[in-house]
Amino acid sequence: MIDTLRLTAEAAIELLERGEMSAPELHAAYLDAIAERDGELHCYLRTSEEPSGEGIPIALKDVISTKGIETTAGSRILEGYTPVFDATVAARVKGAGLSLLGKTNTDEFAMGSSTENSAWGPSRNPWDPTRVPGGSGGGTAAAVSAGLAPWGLGSDTGGSIKQPSALCGNAGLRPTYGTVSRYGVVAFASSLDQIGPVAKTVRDVALLYSIVAGRDPLDSTTADLPEVVVLPEGDSLAGVRLAVPRQVGELDAIEPGVRASFEAALGQARELGAEVGECELPLSYRYGMPCYYLVAPAEASSNLARYDGVRYGLRTTAESYDEMVERTRDDGFGPEPKRRIMLGTYALSSGYYDAYYGQAQRVRTLLIREHREALEGFDAIVTPTSPTVAFPIGDKAADPLAMYACDLLTIPSCLAGLPGLSIPCGLSDGLPVGLQLIGPQFGENGLFRIGHALEQAIGFDTVPERLRVASNPTGLTPSGDAR
Amino acid sequence: MTWERVIGLEIHVHLKTRTKMFCRCPVGFGAGENTQTCPVCLGFPGALPVMNRRAVEWTIKLGLALGCEIANHAVFARKHYPYPDLPKGYQISQYDLPSCINGNVHLPTADGDRSIGIVRAHLEEDAAKTVHVGGRTGRIGGADYSLIDFNRGGTPLVEIVTAPDIRSADEARRFLQLLRQTVVELGISDAEMEKGQLRADANVSVRPAGSDELRTRTEIKNMNSFNFIARGIEAEVERQIGVWESGGEVQQQTYDFDAATGTLTARRSKEEADDYRYFPEPDLVPVEPPTELVESVRAELPESPAARIRRIEPALDLERATVLVTGGLDRLWDETVSAGADGVATANVIANNLVGAGVEPAAVSAAELAKLVEARERIPRAAFDEALSKLADPGFSADPYLAQEALSDAGELGPIVERILADNPGQVAAFRGGKEGLLGFFVGQVMKETRGQANPRVVSELVREKLAS
Amino acid sequence: MAISRDEVLHVARLARLALTDDEVERLTEELGAILDAVGVVAELDLADVPPTSHPLDLVNVWDEDDPRTSLPLDDVFANAPDREGDLFRVPPVGE
Repeated sequence: MIDTLRLTAEAAIELLERGEMSAPELHAAYLDAIAERDGELHCYLRTSEEPSGEGIPIALKDVISTKGIETTAGSRILEGYTPVFDATVAARVKGAGLSLLGKTNTDEFAMGSSTENSAWGPSRNPWDPTRVPGGSGGGTAAAVSAGLAPWGLGSDTGGSIKQPSALCGNAGLRPTYGTVSRYGVVAFASSLDQIGPVAKTVRDVALLYSIVAGRDPLDSTTADLPEVVVLPEGDSLAGVRLAVPRQVGELDAIEPGVRASFEAALGQARELGAEVGECELPLSYRYGMPCYYLVAPAEASSNLARYDGVRYGLRTTAESYDEMVERTRDDGFGPEPKRRIMLGTYALSSGYYDAYYGQAQRVRTLLIREHREALEGFDAIVTPTSPTVAFPIGDKAADPLAMYACDLLTIPSCLAGLPGLSIPCGLSDGLPVGLQLIGPQFGENGLFRIGHALEQAIGFDTVPERLRVASNPTGLTPSGDAR
Repeated sequence: MTWERVIGLEIHVHLKTRTKMFCRCPVGFGAGENTQTCPVCLGFPGALPVMNRRAVEWTIKLGLALGCEIANHAVFARKHYPYPDLPKGYQISQYDLPSCINGNVHLPTADGDRSIGIVRAHLEEDAAKTVHVGGRTGRIGGADYSLIDFNRGGTPLVEIVTAPDIRSADEARRFLQLLRQTVVELGISDAEMEKGQLRADANVSVRPAGSDELRTRTEIKNMNSFNFIARGIEAEVERQIGVWESGGEVQQQTYDFDAATGTLTARRSKEEADDYRYFPEPDLVPVEPPTELVESVRAELPESPAARIRRIEPALDLERATVLVTGGLDRLWDETVSAGADGVATANVIANNLVGAGVEPAAVSAAELAKLVEARERIPRAAFDEALSKLADPGFSADPYLAQEALSDAGELGPIVERILADNPGQVAAFRGGKEGLLGFFVGQVMKETRGQANPRVVSELVREKLAS
Repeated sequence: MAISRDEVLHVARLARLALTDDEVERLTEELGAILDAVGVVAELDLADVPPTSHPLDLVNVWDEDDPRTSLPLDDVFANAPDREGDLFRVPPVGE
């Protein structure tokens, strides 16, 4: 019997390689865990009964097209939609032998920070099921933390991988824009969406990244990695220079508990030999969110124009084509996609383009420059991932702007196309706090190295306290080594 | 008041690449419905476009042939409008950074070359095809439902926009003929209007001759031949002149032209014009054509049709030169004349007889054709026609046909002519009454009687003599 | 920056959403608040700053003109709400 709560992907792979377990047994173990805990947590929208590969299982966010398996993007407008092709990332994990465990819950069309916008109801935080797991990829993050998957793939547009990882207490990578294919992933904002790994450890994240990353001829916006992915080792941060944006110190939005946990983690980084300095990102924190909430909805309004009831998805009966389309879309989209479609359409419309979308694209250029300058002389920028810990379900659902503010710290580097790794750095009131490492373009290896060393030093127990048992059946540590 | 016509054209040319513009589905005519589709051209969730390199190259080729500057940074853009034949809800096109700009075409006319500005040429994808079905009795107009075939969706199109420099319907027709010949010779399109491979809309306005104001223009669409386009333009010009002259004002409007009835029908104007909400396509990266590529394409450009018309015109006239060049026949003419044949006679034989006989010009031996042209009055018509029809056969020699002599003896032909005239008193009276065109009828009858053996010139003289007496 | 109800209706038409009256009312308020928040971008004078469409600087990404197999008809129509023969069927499109 294995403890899926503790098992890392690396350890699971070793179990299979050593012949101590078979793929079907491993798959079944996760299905058992799902049967036990997912009724409460609602991480999965559907699961696969049989393993589909010789390797370890993986969970995929339900925005990733899986051939022959329903893919809804968390929306009624795609209820029942079954893709006839695999997303490239799905094909790559399949090609590596990984077995699809199931499709995880998501805010509708990846729009949200809590998974409460899912047409199928929210997922719940395994640390406290009355609270959100974060979003939009709350399902994947919660599944990993609750031992319902060894790892998973999510998508990040403004923080949808990093923030849930922070709120659920695991590691999540938003890769450099262009290093992972978007082909087959239900599009939200094309110049921002990236697919990335979610797992318990940085090494697992790096391993999964190496499986999916690299140029895809089907996605014109991808490029090859300039260097191979290196699985991090080592526990020293000697010579590493980290920069904390001065503005982070001034942000009221950051909860005291989060700040304290973050500072403590910085202390540990220094103990490992890192230098922690300061950088300036004034424009990013003042204009990042406004810029994002113009660019992303504009692109989304365009990407969602194809949901018209003609070729797939929901169709509402009507007398005329126009009416059919308008009513299908009103019936099928939830409030958040509608809000963003309206906002985006407005921002692109005649007479408003220059002031809104056009202006936002220029702001974006400034943010890219600002980040490049801020990174000069440093290996990574470091901030808390989320201004708050997991909040109660329903707390922010009625206030769109309050919900948008959850992404305050993750958004700016997304706009700059830079990679960001979130690792758990402590607890505040018993809830996980995440630390975000932002690197230069193609700087994943650096992030993995720093994140791994820090993760080892912090020693955060990724198993939610309420799920830990007094006796640990396998005696495995989080990294899978025998105690 | 004399009015000047101010006409611009918007032309769509279908590129005959093997695959679509943004996916690698095959492009082809007549395939089973929806069998040339994939997630990309069907707009399935998550599908992404990838540019067709050949389509980009051919657009550069066309731009250069139209005298354009090739943009060193071209960007695709999304153009949004709602219609079932647009599966993504937007068309990928080009907007403020198109591939080709600022060109011009020299259109040979009787009054010298007219320079027609090419504002831009850009690359985009074609829409799918929607068919409206039904209209049961009892329903007030309209269809019962609509059906969509996505095969055509995604085909590469080059859209060419001219400046409003065209000054007559006839000029528009000539321009289109030249353009068509150009794209065919570049090898980038078959440009057959009946197959929808070349489509043109006209923007029309008028103004008092001598002024340079630009008055309200209208658009005419759905004209599927060059002649229809010319007629449609003329009809609209007349309508507009009528409006201005009666004190009214031309309204911006889109018309369909019905060639059968010669009428223009205004399309129901929409409440609001489409707001296309253009923005740069985030799924595609910009095109920056390498200089070596542009220069090598430029170096390989064939001599333009306009230049060739100008070159051979002195030996013929503008009309004949245009007919030969726009029919792709001028190379054969060049070679036949070089082999010693008379220019005008050769032009007539090629344009009238050769084309009529369905002979493939490319396969014709110019030397043999030259011999036939020289002998056309001397040998029997039947022999001439037969030789002509075989000109494209491999190894054809005109010599056996040259040996024959047309029947030219007035003594033999005279009685036949008299008999024909006697048999057709009505036509004789009409001819004497002024219908000179009937001469051809009498000559034709004699040719028929003699099974093509008579010399038509001699026959013609004899007929004239006898009718005059 | 308030947005008027008329503007909301206009945008809804462009966006092809048949909003209910409740939705129109709610969105008028919400969009107004959001536009206020995002409108700060207007503070900056960015005339000399070029816009960014792509965070990764790539150009000339394309494919050779070689055909790939198209989808079999079963796949084309696998999720189609309405099909007639080998065509997608929709309610009549107004001219």
